[in-house]
Amino acid sequence: MTKPPVLILGARSDMALAAAHAFAAKGHPLQLAARDAARLDAARQDLELRHRVSVTLHDFDVLDLASHAAFLDSLPGLPGVVICAVGAMGDQTESEQDPDLAVAVMRTNYEGPAHVLGLIANRFLARGNGTIVGISSVAGLRGRATNYVYGSAKAGFTAWLSGLRNRLARHGIHVVTVLPGFVATRMTEGMDLPPRLTAQPDEVAQAIVSAVERGRNVIYVRPIWRLIMAIICAIPETMFKRMKL
Amino acid sequence: MKLSGWGAYPRIETELAAPRDEAELAEFLVRGDAVARGNGRAYGDAAIGRRRTLSTRHFAHMLDFDAERGWLTADSGVLLSDVISAFLPRGWFPLVTPGTKYVTLGGMVASDVHGKNHHKDGSFQTCVEWFDLMTPDGRVQRCSRTENSELFFWTFGAMGMTGVVLRVCMRLLPVETGWIRQKSIVAGNLAEAIRVFEDNLDATYSVAWIDCVAKGADLGRSIIMLGEHATIGQIPPDDRHRPLHLPVRGKLSVPFTPPAFCLNRYTLRAFNALYFRMGARKAAKQGGVSLEHWDSYFYPLDSILGWNRIYGRRGFLQYQCVIPLAQAEAGMSELMEATAEAGAGSFLAVLKRFGAQESRISFPMEGYTLALDFPASERNLALIGRLEDIAIAHGGRFYLAKDAHLTAARFRASEPRAEDFARTHRQFHPMMGSALSDRIGL
Ligand SMILES: Cc1cc2nc3c(=O)[nH]c(=O)nc-3n(C[C@H](O)[C@H](O)[C@H](O)COP(=O)(O)OP(=O)(O)OC[C@H]3O[C@@H](n4cnc5c(N)ncnc54)[C@H](O)[C@@H]3O)c2cc1C
Ligand SMILES: NC(=O)c1ccc[n+]([C@@H]2O[C@H](COP(=O)([O-])OP(=O)(O)OC[C@H]3O[C@@H](n4cnc5c(N)ncnc54)[C@H](OP(=O)(O)O)[C@@H]3O)[C@@H](O)[C@H]2O)c1
Repeated sequence: MTKPPVLILGARSDMALAAAHAFAAKGHPLQLAARDAARLDAARQDLELRHRVSVTLHDFDVLDLASHAAFLDSLPGLPGVVICAVGAMGDQTESEQDPDLAVAVMRTNYEGPAHVLGLIANRFLARGNGTIVGISSVAGLRGRATNYVYGSAKAGFTAWLSGLRNRLARHGIHVVTVLPGFVATRMTEGMDLPPRLTAQPDEVAQAIVSAVERGRNVIYVRPIWRLIMAIICAIPETMFKRMKL
Repeated sequence: MKLSGWGAYPRIETELAAPRDEAELAEFLVRGDAVARGNGRAYGDAAIGRRRTLSTRHFAHMLDFDAERGWLTADSGVLLSDVISAFLPRGWFPLVTPGTKYVTLGGMVASDVHGKNHHKDGSFQTCVEWFDLMTPDGRVQRCSRTENSELFFWTFGAMGMTGVVLRVCMRLLPVETGWIRQKSIVAGNLAEAIRVFEDNLDATYSVAWIDCVAKGADLGRSIIMLGEHATIGQIPPDDRHRPLHLPVRGKLSVPFTPPAFCLNRYTLRAFNALYFRMGARKAAKQGGVSLEHWDSYFYPLDSILGWNRIYGRRGFLQYQCVIPLAQAEAGMSELMEATAEAGAGSFLAVLKRFGAQESRISFPMEGYTLALDFPASERNLALIGRLEDIAIAHGGRFYLAKDAHLTAARFRASEPRAEDFARTHRQFHPMMGSALSDRIGL
């Protein structure tokens, strides 16, 4: 039985590459999309050699909305699963000083992903099946002074994914929202993260594979994050606004 | 940060970096006082840089496979376990493998690892066609038996002191199945064990587990396990349609670090006695012949995640020496007596016959190698010192990939090649430095 292709948006991310390996190991062909995709050639060769699946590379810029439809047309076929790992943390302080920078972060984490996934959702709908995986963030569950620009965009993306799931559930199309806590990737390199709360990219990848296979809706990767976020969300606003988090 | 090897002893302060590409690696390397780190399976301090430790985990692409010859080219940070997962289903297995598959190709080169087939096939060096090495000046050189051959030969066994291996081209072994036909033989004492090894030099794989608690007439009683890659005809008919499809077995894990008192001389004694009895029972059935899954034959410990923590927080040390053939029996029996007398028996005591080997600074030589492990305690450190002296007195030397204890003086006493090694190091690569190289006085 041939496995459906998996399209990965933002494929250079460590999490995305780990997911690529996890799906390739199960025999899924891959479509890797990223800015300057040719730089993924060594990764493509590695994936093909290890897993004997076909891997294609595709240039993709999430901010270039006008190109999205043509990008989808250029794929070797409509994928069965799409994973969106595109995101940008930005620099909160710089975003505060320069609203244009803030907007770039918002567009990269929300507008762009929602635009391309919206197009894909409609194509899945026309076909009658498909799985959409969006990597959002726990940062979207409550805005904090230290990263609310990024957090607000992820909040928008999480809400959008939830609505999409609600819309498509009855049509056989599944939507997975991934809310990883900390993950050891390029994005967090050099940060001093608590090891117990920090997942490895492989863990996220395995969690995504099993969420896709079992049809899970919202996943947190390390379960402890569900608890942490429940507590953070339960703090009354009068207290929360004075806290340093 | 503080870093340690697989034995969690010692723990040493170092700056750990994980460069993403060669340019970044070169930047770190030219600053000096650094060494590469693969998957941290060396037991002691070999993979801890004097100041900087350079992880190869982002150098992990497989690059090319020549299916005619079985030559794999891959980045140095690729794990042997991934090589097996990818190529065993295609009928290929590593020609030389250590007792854990969670090692990197770079680490296998630097330690010039040996397997249970050393007496027949030699060390890892045998199957390496070439590698690319970044020397501490940031230059990358292709090294093989014909190109930069001095650098090629000195790199095996040099524990990272020649630079950072970037890519390796290695030859794999064609196999028909993922099964090993094992024959277990009981030996009542050390002399008998050595006789069994000598009588079976044509077996592809051989290794003995020794009950190192037994004393007196039983000293050195052991189970010797011989092995051959099984052919299709030798495996059960039900498995013949998928002879190579044997994924890694499931894992148990040691969920927490147990207090050190769990592992005292009584539990050790019980464990050793039980293991011996189980082995003896196996040896008595069907002429001692059994079929083993590749993973349990080559990597029995890998199925217990985090087993290195059973020794508690203080960590543990490995002691592994090799004693030349002529003195092996005398040397080994002294080592075992000293161990049994100290009542410090180890869980894992492994005896193995090495074949002859030419090398600049690799560990193996023709003779017998013994590996023991001990929880880190004052008493055991003293015992290890005694064991080192015994091996030296019998012309033996030590495996630096396991070592955490050797002094510069003992290293020199054990190693006629130490001066050459130090000179080569000073000449070519004075800027490389690890906790190990400082300790043994390079
Ligand atoms: C359970 C167990 C069983 C073992 N059994 C055996 C056995 O049977 N036979 C055997 O020979 N060994 C055995 N070993 C030891 C192991 O094979 C070696 O220590 C091996 O080098 C570990 O590889 P690593 O990638 O973890 O390297 P590390 O432990 O990270 O490093 C080991 C050495 O290699 C150097 N190094 C690593 N990568 C590079 C690179 N890219 N370029 C240059 N230098 C590099 C380091 O500087 C260091 O000196 C065993 C270890 C364990 C834990
Ligand atoms: N690391 C964490 O702790 C953590 C926690 C929660 C959620 N997340 C989310 O997880 C996802 C993966 O992140 P990561 O940690 O792996 O970090 P990352 O390496 O920074 O990944 C983000 C990816 O987004 C891509 N990207 C950014 N702007 C783009 C654009 N305009 N067009 C196309 N691609 C673009 C980047 O591509 P380039 O390679 O071209 O720059 C990069 O590959 C992100 O959505 C992130 O927000 C991360």
